Amino acid sequence: MSVSKEQIVSWLKATADVMSENKTYLTELDSAIGDADHGINMNRGFSKVLEKLPTIEDSDIGNILKTTGMTLISTVGGASGPLYGTFFMRAGMALASKETLSNDDVYTMLNTGMEGVISRGRASVGDKTMIDAMMPAMAAFKNTLDNGGDLLAAMKACVQGAEQGMKDTIPLQAKKGRASYLGERSIGHQDPGATSSFLMLNMLLQALEA
Amino acid sequence: MKKLINAVDDVVKEQLEGVAVAHPELTVKIGPHYVYRADAPVAGKVAVVSGGGSGHEPMHGGFVGMGMLAGACPGEVFTSPTPDQMYECAKAVDSGAGVLFLVKNYTGDVLNFETAAELAHADGIKVQNILVDDDVAVKDSLYTAGRRGVGTTVIMEKIVGAAAEAGKDLDACADLARKVNLMGRSMGMALTSCTVPAAGKPTFDLGENEMEIGIGIHGEPGQKRMAMTTADEITEMMMNEILDDKGYSRTVREWDREAGDWVDKHLTDEPYSEGDQFIVMVNSMGGTPVSELYAVYRKVDEMMKARGMTIARKLIGPYITSLEMAGCSITLVKADDELLGYWDAPVNTPGLRWGV
Repeated sequence: MSVSKEQIVSWLKATADVMSENKTYLTELDSAIGDADHGINMNRGFSKVLEKLPTIEDSDIGNILKTTGMTLISTVGGASGPLYGTFFMRAGMALASKETLSNDDVYTMLNTGMEGVISRGRASVGDKTMIDAMMPAMAAFKNTLDNGGDLLAAMKACVQGAEQGMKDTIPLQAKKGRASYLGERSIGHQDPGATSSFLMLNMLLQALEA
Repeated sequence: MKKLINAVDDVVKEQLEGVAVAHPELTVKIGPHYVYRADAPVAGKVAVVSGGGSGHEPMHGGFVGMGMLAGACPGEVFTSPTPDQMYECAKAVDSGAGVLFLVKNYTGDVLNFETAAELAHADGIKVQNILVDDDVAVKDSLYTAGRRGVGTTVIMEKIVGAAAEAGKDLDACADLARKVNLMGRSMGMALTSCTVPAAGKPTFDLGENEMEIGIGIHGEPGQKRMAMTTADEITEMMMNEILDDKGYSRTVREWDREAGDWVDKHLTDEPYSEGDQFIVMVNSMGGTPVSELYAVYRKVDEMMKARGMTIARKLIGPYITSLEMAGCSITLVKADDELLGYWDAPVNTPGLRWGV
């Protein structure tokens, strides 16, 4: 099975929708341990992506992802802008001029994106960030492919890994970002960045299933 | 919420439009937003650029002008500006001598300015990022994002801006900025919360007889919440934290122009001791009147004399604010003759002006 450009575009559209639907939820999570703007910022950024998609959806997948990254970088603000922006920029650069994606390409897209987030944000697993959702997600994806699973099985495992990682941020004490200033008071709250990462990956699964 | 605004979404844009008509010596660009000296680029001189969320005025836009910042990038209220603003601003002010970004240590500001530095570098602009992280209310850097950038930013912008005006090159300006940061320490406190226009309600609740000690400049939680007390006791509490602070260490990321990549630098603050001289700032968070700042300054002066320290220069007033929050912050920067020389150099900006 190969992934079409249309599926990538519908992933981005679905992500814009899910960020809009979860604007209040993400902002509430952020108000507990951050500065109460994550949902507002993600919704603003992905609304811009949605506006821009019609002008780029005929271009190749690499360019669509790169433009998505540039749009997020210039509209989201806060820490999430450069982090999600870098995710899509690096993913796009790794898939330059591709019109369809193989299973390995999908892994490259997600894993290169995550590596970009790590190098930009310097977070490790356990710091209570996006990486706590992404790292187990990418590991599960690769593990499933390596054991002969197909793309849908790998993406399902990926989303399960992200969901588990997101929930596992609840007992963690934040070590990065504004939440880190709360010290032990950050314990007991789910990380908003890990949550938006789970939502984004879950939308990719939906786009692949469609 | 009672504020002098028209529409919540237009707050920053309309305030910038006001700056534009009030200050023809500044050029104000809307979308992406940035403010720069109308006479920029100034031939042969390094351009010092800063930026951050809006709501801290006069910082940063009010410090753009001769002898201070070449440009400033205002974000939404309390939200970091984005790399496209910084990149466009850098292109507008670069004379070829390079651009120095002065960045307050907040994760959003740091990541956005890093992205901007990469964009500027790719465009052939000589660039460097220097962090300000002077808030002693944050104790460690291992388990947090490190000390926040607060009051020292104002003093750094003045001193480094003067060095750039004097024709110092990019590396010399960066070295000087780093030096000011390692000499600077601040602490803040709040008597009331503030209201971000987009949120419409106060960021936190503070009872009539309560205060929050060790706050940042965005209404983020402080070190501790306490019962209200006298100006002397509050000043003493903050000054003791500043004066007794010992050798804060952190790893910062700076740009290596040769390698085109980031390098980690390990930096440790200079300790304060008897006989040192200082630039002192007693700053209003926005809602506290200048008269009360003088009551605080009285105690600051008394405590420094008792420790055998000299206040060489002072700044008393609202310079780095937190919207309408009542409260104050105290900043000390240990100053040698080099720093004092640049401090005294002429400056002509909407927010600071002397010697012209």
